[in-house]
Amino acid sequence: MAISREEVIDFIYDEARMLDEGRFSEWLSLWLEDGHYWMPLDYKQTDPHLVTSLLYEDIFMLRLRVERLNGARTFSQKPKSRCHHVIQRPFIDEMEGDRIVTNTSMHYVETRLDEQFLLALTATHELKVVDGAIRIANKRVDILNCDAAFGNIQLLP
Amino acid sequence: MRTASQIAALFTGPQVHRDVYTCPEIYKLEMQHLFANTWVFVGHESQTPKKGDYFTTQIGDQPVIQVRHSDDEIYVLYNRCPHKGTKIAIDREGNTGKFFRCPYHAWSFKTNGCLLAIPLKKGYENTGFEETENAKGMTPVGAVRNYRGFVFARLAAEGIGFEDYFGDSISSIDNMVDRSPEGRLEIAGPPLRYMHKCNWKMLVENQTDTCHPMVAHESSAGTAVNIWKEMGNPEPRPPAMEIIAPFMSPYEFFENMGIRTWPNGHGHTGVHHSIHSDYSAIPGYFEALSATHGKDRAKEILDENRHNTVYFPNIMIKGPIQQLRNFIPLGPDKTLVESYIYRLVGAPDELLARTAMYNRMINAPTSMVGHDDLEMYERAQEGLMSNGMEWVNIQRLKTGDEDFTEEAVENGTTERQMRNQFDAWVKFMTATMEKA
Ligand code: FES
Ligand SMILES: [Fe+2]
Repeated sequence: MAISREEVIDFIYDEARMLDEGRFSEWLSLWLEDGHYWMPLDYKQTDPHLVTSLLYEDIFMLRLRVERLNGARTFSQKPKSRCHHVIQRPFIDEMEGDRIVTNTSMHYVETRLDEQFLLALTATHELKVVDGAIRIANKRVDILNCDAAFGNIQLLP
Repeated sequence: MRTASQIAALFTGPQVHRDVYTCPEIYKLEMQHLFANTWVFVGHESQTPKKGDYFTTQIGDQPVIQVRHSDDEIYVLYNRCPHKGTKIAIDREGNTGKFFRCPYHAWSFKTNGCLLAIPLKKGYENTGFEETENAKGMTPVGAVRNYRGFVFARLAAEGIGFEDYFGDSISSIDNMVDRSPEGRLEIAGPPLRYMHKCNWKMLVENQTDTCHPMVAHESSAGTAVNIWKEMGNPEPRPPAMEIIAPFMSPYEFFENMGIRTWPNGHGHTGVHHSIHSDYSAIPGYFEALSATHGKDRAKEILDENRHNTVYFPNIMIKGPIQQLRNFIPLGPDKTLVESYIYRLVGAPDELLARTAMYNRMINAPTSMVGHDDLEMYERAQEGLMSNGMEWVNIQRLKTGDEDFTEEAVENGTTERQMRNQFDAWVKFMTATMEKA
């Protein structure tokens, strides 16, 4: 059965909700094994390999991130951070066979103790339909002020 | 204001007073004396490769411009219009052509700072303008040295020379550059920029703090090791294992790694081996380096596995992975960390890819390793405000009096390098203070 546009859009909303509710293991299970989460350091960066990025993480690293958040000696997460995504309706830029590409504007808020910060960002999802289910093949998050100096960004924008 | 002897009293040898991290007056004195009397890193020459190329940064709290002049030399100028103070360059880098032009009233300057032209210049006739310092143009810093591509400056016009200041410590820069088959490094992209609400010296001290990785970074390095085991120890190891897992090495590993200190506050970890020793070989690289230097020399260059080299006051370089971290003070409790990476010209791209990976895994504001470091610094900055105790202890492996004018190699868990930094701190803080 083919995937509808509405299912794609729901998927993007559901993913953001998982992150906001801290359902990280569930979030991990959305990913395909060879996927990468990329957060460029430079505006319109094209290369993830030979210049620095904020993140360019494979599944091992993402799993590490998630397990670390739950660890007993994760000092920077005592107390834990919380996050909140406000997302605009995703654009579906491509929908061809089992490949789907979406582009979504978001405002991301992260907080811990007395600190809170806001990031404006654009998420580009490369999705793939596998056995009738939508999965994340790759995700790119461009922060509007990616070249600014940040303090800790601890969760996943 | 404190006198030279009061400054010297803040460092006793085994202890340092908390005011060096928290006190706004001390910070001001650091900007005025320490960052003027020492040789401070500015940038890399490949950031300004062509005539007219400039790059803006800070030396201590002083805004400066690194610029390549028409004689192909690199100049470092204060980023301030001699007319009314407007910053001449605001963007982080660019090309200004043959001259700088102030956007306020269009005074213009050659790229060595000399005044070129003022519109309606006759308005200054018979005013005595020619005798003012403003008439000279943009002010250059006291002294500049481009050492194998790394540009350092001393703000003070007089003071210690470059060679005397760095001495044998310069061997760490040499080793990093020698790793290029062409003997040349090139900047690779913009730096990570990470804001820390703590004093700049906490970051510098942490570069040779070998008793914290297995504790503070257990949540990342320890968890990585556990996940890999659960997966059945797959080979080749995931990249994260190569980069992050060595942080979990036992105390013994760090003890045996060794620490070397040099005069004037410089020093490095990883004398005998380091967390960078076990990186996998990159095909074609040894061959390329051997073609330049011969096999024996190439092996000698690569066998040097220095971990972190601190160049006092405020940078750290990692030769084996071509990285430089600049700890830029913005206030007594605020530091901007810029982490740069370099390409070894003539070496395979895979090396640079590993360097870029290291940088984002360890030094990014999004890094799991960085998160715990920053947490520790900020807790320390807050904790030091407590009046329950005024002194910080840096006594580990200090037996008897220490002579920091001699190079020394010691057990890798010593805090001697931190003491070495404070010895240099007192020296360069008080060098230009009235002795009272
Ligand atoms: S302030 Fe620069 S020309 Fe007037
Ligand atoms: Fe650390």
